[in-house]
Amino acid sequence: MADAERLPQPVLQAPRRRRGRRSSVRSWRRTDQLIWALAWLAGIGVCVVVGAIVAFLTAKGLGALSPKLLVTRPSPSVDQSGSGGFLDPIIGTLTLAAIGTLIATPLALMTAVWVVEYGRPRWLAATVETSIEMVAATPDIVLAIFGLALFQFGILAPLSFRGSGGGVYGRSFFAAGITMSLIALPLTYTATRNGLRSTPRQLREASYALGKTRAATIRRVLVPRVRSDVATGATLGMGRIIGSTAIVVLLLGATLQNSSQGSVPLLGFLRGTGSTLTSYVLENSPAGEGNAPQKAYAAAFVLLLIVLVLNAIVARISRIGDAAGLSAGRLSL
Amino acid sequence: MSIDPLIIDRPEGPPAPHVTSNTLRAVASQTRPERMRLSDISVFYDGVPAVRQASLSIHQGEVLALIGPSGCGKTTLLRTLNRLTELTPNASHSGRITLDGDDIHELEDTRLRTRVSMVFQQPNPFPMSIFDNVAFALREQSRRRPRRRELEPLVTQALQRAGLYDEVRDNLDRPALRLSGGQQQRLCIARAIATEPEILLMDEPCSALDPRSTAVIEKLILQLRSELAVVIVTHNLQQARRVADRVAFMYLGDLVELGTADQLFDAPREERTRDYIAGAFG
Amino acid sequence: MVVFVAQRAWPTLSHEGLSWLGSGGNVDNQIGSMANTSSSPPASAFYLRAWPLMYGTLLTAGLAVIAGLVISLLTSIFIVDLAPPPVRRAMTPVIRLLASIPSVILGLIGILAVVPFVGAHLITGGEKESVINVIQLTGAGLLVSVFTLTVMVTPIMTALITEALGSVPRSWHEGAIALGLSPLRATIAVSLRAIRPAIIAATALATARAMGEAIVIDMVSGGKAFSPNPADGLIFIFEPLRTLASEIIDQAEGLSEPALRSSIYAFALLLMFSGFMLSIGSRLVRRPLRKYELSS
Repeated sequence: MADAERLPQPVLQAPRRRRGRRSSVRSWRRTDQLIWALAWLAGIGVCVVVGAIVAFLTAKGLGALSPKLLVTRPSPSVDQSGSGGFLDPIIGTLTLAAIGTLIATPLALMTAVWVVEYGRPRWLAATVETSIEMVAATPDIVLAIFGLALFQFGILAPLSFRGSGGGVYGRSFFAAGITMSLIALPLTYTATRNGLRSTPRQLREASYALGKTRAATIRRVLVPRVRSDVATGATLGMGRIIGSTAIVVLLLGATLQNSSQGSVPLLGFLRGTGSTLTSYVLENSPAGEGNAPQKAYAAAFVLLLIVLVLNAIVARISRIGDAAGLSAGRLSL
Repeated sequence: MSIDPLIIDRPEGPPAPHVTSNTLRAVASQTRPERMRLSDISVFYDGVPAVRQASLSIHQGEVLALIGPSGCGKTTLLRTLNRLTELTPNASHSGRITLDGDDIHELEDTRLRTRVSMVFQQPNPFPMSIFDNVAFALREQSRRRPRRRELEPLVTQALQRAGLYDEVRDNLDRPALRLSGGQQQRLCIARAIATEPEILLMDEPCSALDPRSTAVIEKLILQLRSELAVVIVTHNLQQARRVADRVAFMYLGDLVELGTADQLFDAPREERTRDYIAGAFG
Repeated sequence: MVVFVAQRAWPTLSHEGLSWLGSGGNVDNQIGSMANTSSSPPASAFYLRAWPLMYGTLLTAGLAVIAGLVISLLTSIFIVDLAPPPVRRAMTPVIRLLASIPSVILGLIGILAVVPFVGAHLITGGEKESVINVIQLTGAGLLVSVFTLTVMVTPIMTALITEALGSVPRSWHEGAIALGLSPLRATIAVSLRAIRPAIIAATALATARAMGEAIVIDMVSGGKAFSPNPADGLIFIFEPLRTLASEIIDQAEGLSEPALRSSIYAFALLLMFSGFMLSIGSRLVRRPLRKYELSS
């Protein structure tokens, strides 16, 4: 507006921020004062607790940790210093995480795609959703028991450890890994499903308008787009797998060393029993058989580090995903 | 009829006169005491001025309309009146605002907002029953917990003044969110006037409503102004014509012109005002 | 899955019937004698009274969830209203970290640090003497179990509640402030009321996790299937106990013995059943609250 420009605008500088009088805490009702104080207490308390846990674990764990521990195998020994390191448990942890995630991720992806994109018949989709929710709410032990019962069946016997008497125990890396995937499944599924749901409809419509079939759309357009959500869910699942002890104890035998079954190299390993960092910690604490608190601390520390790293990865991925998703969203509109 | 002081603790202010006539718009200004005065108010967001040195006064018994194109600062100006601008972290201001002679920044903000109430553009009733919505501020105000018996007459009165009582009297415990848009907005008005504020601020209260509800609420505004002062922000010029006694036109943060409704609409002094009213820009 | 576990548990239940849920006798001895029976045991071998375990489960989970609920509500209020912005930004990853700490680590700290502390400093010699003929007080017991469970459960609830608080429409909060409430009061009176369904769901989830948590309890609860008795006075918080879940994990070796096996499956069935009831219960409770929500 030419008129507006003509008039000279007085120059105003922004003053320092002046705050009006606020109602002070003193004047509140008694209950509110109490809540205010308690809330502050809670907030600070939580920070303190977290700090204490991390600090404590680091102090004790770092002190006991040495590179040697990471690469030697544990051996049964009465003397603490001679009982070796925890290479086996580390391998065990990684193996289980790998198996669990490898099984869970494609399954979760396919299920999520089916539910969101197809979803007929309705009752089936609802049932799937509800069952996944129930599995998510089931505590680890129950899943472990279930897995145990499952793998004791004759059909699945080749997958597990056989006792010397030929009895099928139902324990092996296979068994544990497959059961672990049940833990990771709901997490990956939910993340993927939310990612799919939040993609704007325009994206799909644009793809159809270009003549692509539904399957191709899913494959080429949607799946790449939710990559970060899938990754987030998979990493969360991995985190839970790594942190789970109950399943390991029940389904992996929690032996100190990883012992193979049979002669075929990889297969034999997977059929055998073993341990992970979590069961190692358990065993070495006074609650288990071991008597090596330092080792337990060291292993716990390593475990904590892994979890921290995984958490950071999740944070990174979801931030990258947000940024990419936002810009892609704007583009598609 | 004053509020039982057990329910509302509030320092004594000038009593609101109970004029019930609502036909005449041209009432002599001696019967309209000044309630609020703004002196050289400027508001800054992150150092950028949104309102520049605006000065005006607000009188009981009249409706003051703030008009102007989008982004001209009228909503910001409105929100300084109940210090709602303080909710924005990077906002600062200069100038002085008084309510009945007291600088509002010397008052407690919670107290201030019971004397200067606000109704928003989107009706925002709480997820509670109708009764609980209206009684909400009353309950929060008192030192001790008032019983429902004590609150009922006040709630009824507020609903009556807001013109909603007859429609909901059969069941006040219905969820407020089940009401229609117009009813919800009237509920928000009832909620705002339940504490018998001296000033009622309205930020485009009808822009989310259909024409019929708008007419109902405009009639309501004319009725309410006899008991309190109403400041309404609107981008609808016809609405301003219908309800306002005095009009302030703002443009790009400046208070360009201030006058009675007849003056401003029929014989605007400033060229910018003329152009805006003629629809040259919006 | 349900069918499976149920089938395995059937022998126990069929032999004992509902009295299986009752109390009486020392569970440890009962389990012990079970392990010693042969593979085709007589009916009497199924004798087990599960009440002490159930009591332990309910007690620990219940107390932990109650404590956790209070703390997480307060913490959420803190995060949303009271914390200065840099602290607020920092707290979200902190809570998430706490939520993802594997339970073994918590149990480890519990057993190696907290238990000895409690045993040495909080329990006096006199108190130990007073119950020595029934049970040994070592510091591992109810108090530490509840404490550790609370630490485990609180972050999850806090994260859920904070997220729910963030999704409340801002217009309500602003409207409440415009009516003359302070921000804290506005949050309590409006937002917390508005997210009641989410709070209930979070509580149900936390309870399910707490009830099913075996590893932590196994490490810090004292290993004796004892029922802490409030009638003992304040000491009772120090008494050891066992829960269903920790019993399962402890006896996992014994799955070849039919009697023991079906007992264990029965425990699992009980846990599953209660989780199921929690889920249904929380839905039922939330339904009447729905009418106050936005119909979006």
